[in-house]
Order: sequence, then structure tokens, then C-alpha cells
Amino acid sequence: MDYLFDTSGDRQTMLRALGVERVEDLFDGIPSNCRLSSGLKLPAPLGELELQQHLESLAGKNYQAAQHACFLGGGSYDHFVPSVVDSIASRAEFYTSYTPYQPEASQGNLQVMFEYQSLICELTGMDVSNASLYDGASAVAEGVLMCLHAAPRGGTVLVPHTMHPEYREVLATYLKHMQATLRVIDTDMSLLTAAELQRHIGADTCCVVLQQPNFLGQIESLQELADVTHQAGASLVVSCDPLSLGILKRPGDLGADIVVAEGQCLGTPLSAGGPYLGILACRESFLRRMPGRIVGETVDRKGRRCWVLTLQTREQHIRREKATSNICTNQGLLALRAAVYLSVVGGQGLRDVADLATRKAHYAAQQIADCERFEVVGNAPFFKEFVVRDSAGQVDALLSHAASRGFLAGLPLGRWYPQFRDCVLVAVTEKRTRHEIDAWANCLANAPVSRLEVTNNA
Amino acid sequence: MDPQQLKFSPTHEWVHLSDVGGQRIATVGISAFAIALLTDLVHMELPAVGRAARPGESLGEIESVKAVSDVYSPVEGEVVEVNSGLVGNLEAMGDDPYGKSWIVKIRTTSDAGLDQLMDYATYQAQCATEG
Amino acid sequence: MRNQQAVQLLSELSQPGRRASTWPDCDVPMPASSSLLPRSCLAEHPPQLPELSEPDVVRHFSNLSTRNMSVDTHMYPLGSCTMKYNPKRHERWAALPGFAHVHPLQSDDTMQGLLQILFELQQMLGEISGLPAVSLQPAAGAQGELAALLVAAAYLADRGEKRHKVLVPDSAHGTNPASARMAGFSTVTVPSTSQGFVDLDQLHRQLDQDVAVVMITNPNTLGLFDPQIQTVSRMVHDVGGLIYLDGANMNAIVGVSRPGDFGADMMHFNPHKTFSGPHGGGGPGAGPICVTHALEPYLPSPVVEYDPSGYRLNFDRPHSVGRVRSFLGNVGVLLRAYAYLRTLGPEGLRRTTEQAVLNANYLLQAISPLLPVPHGPRCMHEFVATAKVIKQERGISAMDIAKRLLDYGFHAPTVYFPLTVPESIMIEPTETESKETLDAFVKVLAKVLQEPDDLLHEAPHSTEISRPDEVRAARNPTVRWQTTPTGNNG
Repeated sequence: MDYLFDTSGDRQTMLRALGVERVEDLFDGIPSNCRLSSGLKLPAPLGELELQQHLESLAGKNYQAAQHACFLGGGSYDHFVPSVVDSIASRAEFYTSYTPYQPEASQGNLQVMFEYQSLICELTGMDVSNASLYDGASAVAEGVLMCLHAAPRGGTVLVPHTMHPEYREVLATYLKHMQATLRVIDTDMSLLTAAELQRHIGADTCCVVLQQPNFLGQIESLQELADVTHQAGASLVVSCDPLSLGILKRPGDLGADIVVAEGQCLGTPLSAGGPYLGILACRESFLRRMPGRIVGETVDRKGRRCWVLTLQTREQHIRREKATSNICTNQGLLALRAAVYLSVVGGQGLRDVADLATRKAHYAAQQIADCERFEVVGNAPFFKEFVVRDSAGQVDALLSHAASRGFLAGLPLGRWYPQFRDCVLVAVTEKRTRHEIDAWANCLANAPVSRLEVTNNA
Repeated sequence: MDPQQLKFSPTHEWVHLSDVGGQRIATVGISAFAIALLTDLVHMELPAVGRAARPGESLGEIESVKAVSDVYSPVEGEVVEVNSGLVGNLEAMGDDPYGKSWIVKIRTTSDAGLDQLMDYATYQAQCATEG
Repeated sequence: MRNQQAVQLLSELSQPGRRASTWPDCDVPMPASSSLLPRSCLAEHPPQLPELSEPDVVRHFSNLSTRNMSVDTHMYPLGSCTMKYNPKRHERWAALPGFAHVHPLQSDDTMQGLLQILFELQQMLGEISGLPAVSLQPAAGAQGELAALLVAAAYLADRGEKRHKVLVPDSAHGTNPASARMAGFSTVTVPSTSQGFVDLDQLHRQLDQDVAVVMITNPNTLGLFDPQIQTVSRMVHDVGGLIYLDGANMNAIVGVSRPGDFGADMMHFNPHKTFSGPHGGGGPGAGPICVTHALEPYLPSPVVEYDPSGYRLNFDRPHSVGRVRSFLGNVGVLLRAYAYLRTLGPEGLRRTTEQAVLNANYLLQAISPLLPVPHGPRCMHEFVATAKVIKQERGISAMDIAKRLLDYGFHAPTVYFPLTVPESIMIEPTETESKETLDAFVKVLAKVLQEPDDLLHEAPHSTEISRPDEVRAARNPTVRWQTTPTGNNG
């Protein structure tokens, strides 16, 4: 057995020491009718070589961004990951350790978390950050829970429908049993205007949640919306794209009270959606309402600077049913990746990446808009994503045509927005070359149109 | 204040009742025993002035590094003053638990809760069973 | 040997003008982003991040990594955490481009290999648990608890039942009551017997038509299998309640006993514990849940299904509680669990369980003369010793012992959990430690207990720091750099 040490000699010695004959005797505490009478019905074991071949063949069935030019976004992006990130994150001293319950045996992890928290504060413009959450969606939900707990009578949570649809779904799940009402503002394909927000906001509004850029890639007028929110006495939660902060103003400088984000774009590959990194940072006044772990600075008994988990009375292991969140772990390894990514890329590098993505996205939008069949929807400013409308209304056929020619060409919006079923969300990262973009636009332009479907959609 | 003159709740709050301009004011704190039990206090959440208080209802929280406890109101009334100086100075809370370390003052509006309070000797007996 | 630069912060290492990344010139004929976007949304300067060279970054983080204990370098007998060996092959396989570079929103047709793995994992977890309906979506054990309790709430609501109470044993992990509250229930704590089992009298007193769910950890946090579990299940089911099983301790029973067979209606797995996923310094984990057929319609969406045309994500689930996480869950962790199960097979899983239990009992037997194990003499995969006597006699606490073990190169056991045992020391060796390592651990523990009091009070002595001041950290929280990284270095 590859992962067990025991020889039959060891086993016998250990059993003898225990005064039992057979290892089965150690399970006497389990009533016999709670024990399996036969073996589990599972596939037979495979050695390392066989299983590798099996997994390689399954992996080979998946389309993937290393072979197909990837124009998919929607909260998960094909950004470049510097090799240093993989190299550091694959150090076993990091990935095979656990929660720093013994600070003397985990100063490495603790300092990494402290550096991560500091980097996130610098990046978002907030005062404090926790040591991470599961993903961008649960980070939105946890941010809203913080606001609800700060306003004990509950209230209304306002969210435009251009917030990531899956994040909205997770938020709705978390709020199901809270004293709160989730109200979704339909903004069609446009930005949320201050006037529109004004119409919906009221004395019962606990918080407003915005995504910047929104799910359609558009850049919201954050400052104006923050002003409307605060005038109504509500808090503002902003879910941002951390990479966009290479060029965009920080949400903390525009009035956000809590900033959350999906941190995948900071050094984690697409990974079929996880594990990812939930970022949560806030103003100092919310510090003691933050969920999850927080690392703080202190000194040891000899006065040496060091790091510990702190403010633990917020957490479930102490507060139990009174805790504001049930979260226990953080995403330590992903937070490490983000910290290394930000260290390697640096502020200027982040600006370069964001600038490249913006220019390439705008170029791609231009190219596709030149095709008669397609229209780039709306005129709002956008970062690295934009919406394309297919006048033929054959989005599925279009995308599978492109897939067969080597392009993960875009996300069909109809799954979440039936009214936009003729639209595709396109993401362009710094990795896409001019050659790929031209070929992508060319491929879409030349995709066949089936007459039958046109009549159906007319 | 002399603890012998105070009343105590089963949840370790002490109460001192006084007459101020015709109103009955209850000064509330927590006992030396409770402070010692909590060890190394690090944070306290105080109620807002003007808040209604009911017997047995939490007025705020007091935290040590690895524990958190509610501070319960022993009486019914309205919070009229809080000792905000405490928050930044919790390490000194044990120095004068029955004097400078009072937590809130409540203008009482009824006698509710008063019958649950015990005198110092009875309270000491309760502590002996908990220690 | 120690590189003291490692204890500097990135912000202190930063030097203006250093760079570790160069990006290509823009290859599309577009002006700079500053002229593509409105000025009002643009930052005036790049983010104020540390300015470092690549060797700076590598040396910094590499040195930091050496300031950790880890499973690859030390025995890590952290009770309730199942710190077993993390197979290297899993890391290689999770990094295969056909997994690592798959976008989660690709169409089903373009990720059939991945969906097949997830589908088969659902089936394998259903078989191991005896609970056939599975959702892989929850991102961690605690989120699995929340998801399952939401499932219970939806199921009961559909039957027109207004049950609002969740019973939680006093020895349960803190996530249990916290999750119950988030799912809209009120919690009632049920005391355990002196053996740490569910107190049937107390349970009987609490059980009524208001009880929605009873949350049980079995084997419990004392490492004991509750022999009355079927009675408990029957009592709960008789009043119309459901049983939730916290799967944290599954490493003790995989292949031997199935929660579905002893009455559980719902459970979560911790693949990062039971199925060897690396703990990553505190995460990621995953928290797949398994439930009975009756609860299946309420599982989070999507679930993976199979029909002759292939593997499909089914989003069309009108009774579902909704999503708890974006996309498909922590696929990377699930892949490793799949690889683990396929490597061991049914026999290997059972042998693994046996070895985990044998190792724990062997250690219990050797340790109990040194420190009392109140709930001995047998255990499942872990046991709880107590330092209560030595605390009373010499003032030596569980924490003192834990800290001193670090000096001898053993990670400390879990201390002060469960809360029901004073001065508790919870030890879980796992199956991937050899007899020699277990013997060495016992020898060191015996030695530690003979050492002078002061040596223990001030331990550890060989680590780079010792006994950080946690009160100071909590009183005046400093949770970020105090200097900005750029242009402000001392």
C-alpha cells in the first residue's frame, strides 16, 4: 500500500501491545448492525502509472485555455500566472501545513497572511482585510451579512441585476433565513444611474451591493452611487475585479464601506472554477464584524515581532450560535498565491496588465463591431469585458462553431438573462494576441447562419 | 464603593441604586470574581445611551482573548450614561471593579428584576460553587 | 543558518524602482487605456505595492516557508484535523492542462472528462456514506453544514412543517451551532454523558415537534463511536426530525460503517481530511454533502447527471435551495479526492481506516500511563488525554506540554478542544505515521513530562519566537503594514 508504513510484523507487534488478536477487534465499539457486512462497491485500485494514464485521457477530453484561445470571463479569467507563483505555492512547507493554531510552528503562514492582508488593503483602499474567504460569491454574501448585523433590525439589500448572477444566487441563499429582503434592480443593459438608485433606496435600505466593473464589463459611476447610498444612511458593498485596480480608482477612495472580490485573477489558473479566493476588506469601524480569520502583529515573550491569529472572539469556535458567520477555514494557499502574484507583478506591473487587457478588449470590440452580423451593446465605458449581440440570434450554434475551430469564444448570456439570449459576453485578457483576436473575429464573422433558426427567432 | 453594600445578579453583575433628583438610577458593573474569571480583557461593546433595558437582556459584550461574555441588565429602564472611558483601559478594570469600572447607569422604570438580586454574602456563596 | 531578512516585511524590503515583471508591448493598434476610459474612473497612480526584484520575492517567501511545520516535514497529530500524508501524484494531476486551464463556464460538451470525474465522485461518496444523493458544491465543511441545513429547512417547509429547533451536543464543533443559526434555526445545546455520548434522557426531554434537525458527530470529538446511535436516530425520526452527521471524523469508519446505514439523513465530507487533500496552510478544503433520496430535490444546483448523450450539469431543479458557491465548487480539491479513492479502492480504504484506528489505539495505550485518557481504554481514530492532574499538581497546562513538543520536532496536538474535557489534548496520528514515529512521539512526551516546570512554562525554546502576546494583539489590533511600501522605507 503506497501510503501506509505497516509491515505485517509491525501490525502484529502493535496488536500484541494492545492485547487484541485482530485489528477488527478494535472496532468492537461499533454495534455489529452498524457495520458493513460486505465491502464498498467502488472501482478496483489503480497504481500511479495506470491512474495517471486514466486521468490524462479524461483531461484530454476537456477543451482548455492552453489550446483554445479563451474569451470566456464572467468572474473567472485566463490571466497570465508568473512561474514564481507556482514555484512558491508548490513548496510543501506551505501546502501541507494547516491553520496556524501554534504560532511558533507557523510564523511563515502567519506572516504571509499578514502580508496578504496589507497588500489587499493597499490595493482596495480599505483599512483592514481578513485572511480570505472561499470565493467571490460567498464574499459578497458575508459582506452583506456584516451590514445586516451592524443594523440589527435587518432591512433591504439592493443589488442591480448586473451583479454576477451566480453571486446574486449565493447571496439569495445566504439571506433566505435572515431578516432581510433582497431587491434586484433591473437596469437592462445599462449602468445603474444615481437617479435609478435614488428611486429604490429608502429608510429601510441596509446596504447597496455593486459590482465594479459590473457583470457586463461596464464601469459604474461608483462615487455618485456611493453618495446616494450614504445619504440614505445605508452602507456600500463593492465587489470589484482586483486586476482592474491597476488602472481604475480604488473602491475605498470612492466611498465603499466593504470591498469584496474574487481573487482568482491574482495568480490562480482557471482550475475549472476552484479553489478560488474570496477577498474581503473594510473600513476600520467594521473590523470586529469581519468574518473569518485575521492575523495581527504582536511581540513574543522576548519582545520579538511576530504574528498571531487575533480577534478570535468573533469566530464560531468561541461565539458558536452567536457568531455572525460559520466560516472556519480561509483559503490560505490561494491567498499565498495572490500575495506572491502582487509581489512579483508590483504596482506598475498591475497597471501594465490592466492597460493591456483594456486596450485588447477595446480592439476586439472594434473588430467584432465591424462585422455586419454583430453589434457591441451599449456605450458605457468598459474594462476587459463587453457584450456582443448576434443579429442572427444563433448564439449556441455560433459558439459551438467557434469551439470546433479552436475558440472558447464567449459566454452566452441567455442562461442567466433570457431577455439577452441573443447576446454573448466576451472577455479579453493580456494573454490574447492580436493574431488570436483577429482570428476570433474572423471566425465569428464567417460562422454559418441557419435559416431555420432565423425564422424561429424572428 | 463597598461591595457589601451592593446587590448582585446570578450572572455576576452588581447594582447600586441611588436617588438622583427624584429618579432612581441603577449603576451597573461586573464583579471582581467575573473579571478575574474572564482574564485579560481586550474589548467591550457598550450600549447606546437612550436604549431600553430589561432584566436579563444583554446590554453589551465583554471580551477576553478567547472568551466573550454578555453583560446583562439586572433592572428595567433606560440607559442614561455609559462609561466610555473603560473601553481603552480594560486592563485596569480589575483595579476598582466597584468604583471607576462601572459600566452603565440605568434610570429604572419599575422594580422588575430587583427580586432576583442577592446580597454580597449570598453572591459569594454562589461564586464559591462556581470557582 | 537562519536568514534574518525573512522576518522583514515586503514593505520593508521594497526599494523604489525595482521590478520583477516585464510585460509585452501592446500588439494591437489602440491608444493607452487612459484615453479609452473616462478620466473620472482612472486612478492617478499605480497601486502602491512593494517594489521588489524576482530574487527578492523568491527568497522572501522561500524563507517564510521554512518557518512552518508541515506534514511533509513533521508528524502533525492535530486532533480532529486528520493531518495525513498528501500524495505528490495528486499535485501533478491537478495541474494537468486539461483540468487546470478549464474555464468553469464552458459548455458541458467541452468538459466531458471533468464532468465524468465529478459524476463518478458523486457516486463514490454516495456509496461510502450510504446516502445516495450528492452535491459537490460546498467549498468547506462549514459551508456543507449550512447547505445541508438549508436542504432540511426546504424539505420541512415543503411538507408544511414549522420546525425551528436544531439540537447540538455540547461537544460539537463550533461551526454546527453557527451554521444552524445561519440556516434560520434556533439552537439547543444537549449535554453529553460522562462517556461523551448523546445523553438519551436529555435528548428525550428536548425532542418534540419543534425539532427539525439533530446534529451529531459520530465518531464523536472524543474519538468514540456512539453505540446508541441507532436508538438516537430512531428517537429523532419518531418525532419527525432529521439527523445531520458531521463527517469530520470519517477517517475512523470509511469502509467499516456507513452513516446512511446508522440513521443519518444528511452529512458532509471533509475531503481535505479524509481523502488526503493538502490543508494549504488553512485552506482550501471542500465540503461535499450526501443526503437521502427524499432530500435530493433540495440539494444545491447544479448537480452532475449522466444520460446516454453524456455528462450534464443540471440547473433545472425547481426545489433546490439554490447556490452556496459560484461555479462548480472546489474542483481541484475534489479531483484529489477522486484520485485518492481510485488509488486505494475498496480494500485499500478499509485498510487505511484500520491502520488509522490501530495507530490511534497504539498511541492511546502508550500515552495513558503518562497522561490520563478519561474516555479510554479504546478509541477510534483519535483520543483525548487530559493534563488536569499535572495542572493541579505542578501547574503544567496542556498548552505548556503542546509548546514543549514543538522543541522536539513534533507539531502539537489540538489543545482545549473539545470544551467538555478540562486541559484537553486531542491526538490524531492518522494512518500515515510509522510505528517508529509513534514510539518516538511517546518517548518525547514521557521526557517532557519529567522536565522542570519552568522549562515547560517558557517553551518552546528552539523556535524563532516563543509565546506571542495574544492579549496585546487583540487589545490594539495591528492587522496591516504600518508604513506604505513605496518611497517610505526606513
